[in-house]
Amino acid sequence: MNDSRLAVVPTAAKQESAVGAAVAPKMSARGLSFSYNGNEALRGINLDIAERRVTALIGPSGCGKSTLLRIFNRIYSIYPGLEARGEVLLDGENILDPRYSLNRLRSKVGMVFQKPVPFPMSIHDNIAYGIRHYEKLSRAEMDVRVEQALRQGALWDEVKDKLKRSALGLSGGQQQRLCIARAVALKPEVILLDEPTSALDPIATGKIEQLVADLKSEFTIAIVTHNMQQAARVSDFTAFMYLGELVEFGVTQTMFTNPSKKQTEDYITGRFG
Amino acid sequence: MNAQIGMASAAVAKRSTVAQGLYRRRSAVNIIALVFSGLATLIGLFFLAWILWTTLSKGISALNINLFTKMTPPPGEQGGLLNAIVGTVCLSFMGIAIATPIGIAAGTYLAEYAKLKPFGEAIRFVNDILLSAPSIVLGMFVYTLIVLPTGKYSALAGGIALALIALPVIVRTSDEMLRLVPGAMREAALSLGVPQWKVTLQVLYRSALPGIITGVLLALARITGETAPLLFTAFGNLYWSINPTKPIASLPVVVYQYAQAPDEGWNALAWAGALLITLFVLLLSILARGILLRNKVSNE
Repeated sequence: MNDSRLAVVPTAAKQESAVGAAVAPKMSARGLSFSYNGNEALRGINLDIAERRVTALIGPSGCGKSTLLRIFNRIYSIYPGLEARGEVLLDGENILDPRYSLNRLRSKVGMVFQKPVPFPMSIHDNIAYGIRHYEKLSRAEMDVRVEQALRQGALWDEVKDKLKRSALGLSGGQQQRLCIARAVALKPEVILLDEPTSALDPIATGKIEQLVADLKSEFTIAIVTHNMQQAARVSDFTAFMYLGELVEFGVTQTMFTNPSKKQTEDYITGRFG
Repeated sequence: MNAQIGMASAAVAKRSTVAQGLYRRRSAVNIIALVFSGLATLIGLFFLAWILWTTLSKGISALNINLFTKMTPPPGEQGGLLNAIVGTVCLSFMGIAIATPIGIAAGTYLAEYAKLKPFGEAIRFVNDILLSAPSIVLGMFVYTLIVLPTGKYSALAGGIALALIALPVIVRTSDEMLRLVPGAMREAALSLGVPQWKVTLQVLYRSALPGIITGVLLALARITGETAPLLFTAFGNLYWSINPTKPIASLPVVVYQYAQAPDEGWNALAWAGALLITLFVLLLSILARGILLRNKVSNE
């Protein structure tokens, strides 16, 4: 385990020189393994998620990229039989420690899923729902927060006249931006995106990608994607995973033009996966 | 060369005749299946229509204002069904009022907390048995549990017996409707850091509500027409009573008693009572359908 840990450090050093500025990791996985009912799904993952950057996780189906993402806010823990070992550090604190409260973790690490899932309530209430759990706001203050979140979700102009209408009436792309706005509304530090565009058409996908680019000035973003062009377009760093292991990690541009591992090259050139 | 082409076209022709034969056979089987299932549907509908027609034609002649203003009469006198109608409303209301909170809570436990656990599966299995338990058995159960110790028949005992019949229906529908809520919605709500009980109350119930209401309405429709469990619990009452500790009249029991009596006035009242119950149950079913249907449309 120590070996692989050492292996990451030089890569990280290379990144910094490549980016031209030192980027502090916001979240880091250290010797992270994951199993469900005894089957190992992730082995010895060491990965840094740089602060206010977009990190893409790519790899073929079943490689464990979504699993890894789902460890970062412990959403996996709602199902029985799943176990994560090792450490995931958020600002230096191990979030896998049972003493790290789920409430605190999830207020800092938001998540958006593959399928847009608006709650069966109005557009306004979809955003306000999470905020109400953490803060007691007056109606006027809440309206401001809802508007702010919807603007950050690049949805405000389309829905400002129908905030009281059911969110279920929005289009798929709008619903997904609503879900992003809902996550953003809690002012998290990290946003996890689990294949956020796989159920959307190209135009809606373009809007989400633009949104991701806008959001990274304020948030640390980790995105799982099946689409390599998407990873190349939106991310600063890319991690390539295969069969539950992290094969290669580096600056996106380098990964896509000059990968150091044969497997990575085969995958991104479409020879397998 | 020509021979080859000839052989090839012969092979094609042979294949197409085989395909045609297969197609004809499938069409024949299709027609037979269609005829049989169509006939089965017609037979079912025929008896349903017959029952409805009989109830309607015999009941409608006894329908008049007295039905809703007068008490059940002694033999040979004029009267109505007021006390029985009010009794049925009271009993059904009691049954639903007891069964709904318990049933929804149990269904929630099964769907949200005992999912995939052997204990939950065991409860689900037992609940399904209870769902098909003969209602007279539940009546006997309440008789030994409440009527014998208190020494008297009472409306409350009747209400509890009906609650026991409604309970498994509500447990089952709440469980199923909550399990229909996509897992992604739970994950999305939980990933906001909202605790599970809040997610269940504020998000999942909202999503499953039309289905749960439908379940409650169907349970209500089921218990409104129940006779057997009331025979040794609510018993029956010729007079006006809404006292929960006293025996109370109910439509099904009145129908049961008046239908077999050698008195034409009573028989007519029994038909009218049967019609009232049928219409009420029909109305509830239509209402339940409407709620489900409206929800389907708004989800699309």
